[in-house]
Amino acid sequence: MTGTAQSLPPPPRTAATLPGALASPRHRFTAEHAFRALCLAALTLPLLLLVVLFADALRDALPRLNWDFLTSYPSRRAAAAGVLPALVGTAYLMALTAVIAIPIGVGAAIFLEEYARPGRLTGLIEINISNLAGVPSIIYGLLGLELFVRVIGLGRSLLAGAATLALLLLPMVIMASREALRTVPHSMREAGYALGGDRWRTLRLVTLPMCLPGILTGIILSLARAIGETAPLITIGALTYVAFVPDSLKSAFTALPIQIFNWVSRPQPEFHVNAAAGIVVLLALMVALNATAIWLRMRLQRRRYW
Amino acid sequence: MQPGSSPATALPGGMALTAPRAATERFVARLLFACGAVSVLTTAGIVAVLLGESLAFFREVSPGRFLADTQWTPLFADKHFGIWPLLAGTFLTTTIAIAVAVPLGLLAAIHLAEFSRPRARKLLKPALEVLAGVPTVVYGYFALTFVTPVLQRFIPGLAGFNALGPGIVMGIMIVPIVASLSDDAISAVPASLREGAYALGAGRLQTLLRVTLPTAFSGIAASVILGLSRAIGETMIVAIAAGQQPRLTLDPRVPIETMTAYIVQVSLGDTPTGTLEYRTIFAVGLSLFLMTLVLNITSHRLRKRILKGSL
Repeated sequence: MTGTAQSLPPPPRTAATLPGALASPRHRFTAEHAFRALCLAALTLPLLLLVVLFADALRDALPRLNWDFLTSYPSRRAAAAGVLPALVGTAYLMALTAVIAIPIGVGAAIFLEEYARPGRLTGLIEINISNLAGVPSIIYGLLGLELFVRVIGLGRSLLAGAATLALLLLPMVIMASREALRTVPHSMREAGYALGGDRWRTLRLVTLPMCLPGILTGIILSLARAIGETAPLITIGALTYVAFVPDSLKSAFTALPIQIFNWVSRPQPEFHVNAAAGIVVLLALMVALNATAIWLRMRLQRRRYW
Repeated sequence: MQPGSSPATALPGGMALTAPRAATERFVARLLFACGAVSVLTTAGIVAVLLGESLAFFREVSPGRFLADTQWTPLFADKHFGIWPLLAGTFLTTTIAIAVAVPLGLLAAIHLAEFSRPRARKLLKPALEVLAGVPTVVYGYFALTFVTPVLQRFIPGLAGFNALGPGIVMGIMIVPIVASLSDDAISAVPASLREGAYALGAGRLQTLLRVTLPTAFSGIAASVILGLSRAIGETMIVAIAAGQQPRLTLDPRVPIETMTAYIVQVSLGDTPTGTLEYRTIFAVGLSLFLMTLVLNITSHRLRKRILKGSL
């Protein structure tokens, strides 16, 4: 009845049981109902709005949603423009970001969960991670611009973009991996030690395999977040008009959200149609990633053998 | 941090077993520590980069000019470096976003915590989270091509680029942040307090407004502050739909420019690195970083108080 509050529902009251001033149950009853309706409206209004906005984008996009759009290069003529370089750029970018962020993020999570002893240093790392999660993404862009593009000298390349996104993703990957590591019961580790395994062997042969689907789910969800990141990439100077597919780590690149931004910022309405079509492609990719994560999580729940 | 979670503390005997293979063990431990250190280095990097470039900026432009001038025209021939127009733009869009997100988010949280059945709640909460996961460039498109044109029908004199449309859309984006944390805070109010109120004859609504919500206040405040911080740092919605005209105004109908949108504007042009114009984005970035940092820490402190149980 009362949701998660676990409190008892208020006792049924009638006018007869309540003395004096408190005895206006009928009036209070309607007030409560009105308030409940208001709360429900507040909850559903944003969701409805989201549906309307998506429907609007899909309607705008329909004339441009075809195979040519996916396989063409951008063009000055809106009707001939496509997202190929952006799509390939996003794919490379996500793969590279994952390659950088996964080992570091999972490593940090293992360190905090399995190796670190409670202390000032561990506390510092923990506070630091929760603070990093709240830093606006454009600040990561400034860090990437100065550190990767200028000081390390990667230029405005795919690698610089992926490194920037990897730093942005790190807090999310760490938090998700820690959560997954915590689902493995202690008895499993203890069994590993009892069989003579040291910490590393127990981790490698027992703990990690058991929570791998959980870690993967978290990583895929973080990547689904990163795929739409625009501001940090623009800040490090990813190009908004790229008429070629990136061919190396040092290659200049564009990505799907940047291409969308480029089209949105043009005044001509024909380009807005392209932007809508780009949005549909981007959201489809995100939905696919999220669906993969949900599928993995369901498999994980079925396979839980402890 | 969590006593008993590390094998070393849980199993004193396990340590003895690891001794023979100590070399690998030590190597792995160091490698993992290095991974953990990357996050600290990231923070250090952010601070160093922002401070370094900002100091170089303030050597040429005095902090007095930065804080006292009322014009922001670093890209023009007649250069002014007053941060106020950008602050006003950020303040305006953030205020509108909060004005939308707080009532909606709080009421939604009350519904989740007090009125929905567990099953509906399990469905509604992730559905609401979807709002926070939509890429902001998509929200920007909506603000520019859908919300602003709709608003223009009702509000005469609303420009194509304005603070109102993106502010409202940003508010929708922040609803799940406010709702989720407020829901946690309201659900954390001990049942005994509610039951006490019921025992005194209070109705459900009365209990909610006089007992539950005041008790959950610090958690609700934490959620609003976090939403505020998110709104200040939000970039793409305002870069797309609010315009690029730094203007010292509180009129939501005209084009403005926020701090984040300015950084985007400079990044899109080809400002050579190392110039004063290039350094302005780091000075603006530093201001942005400090503002969000203070808000995040405040929010974190307030939430910690709930976890400790001293509501």
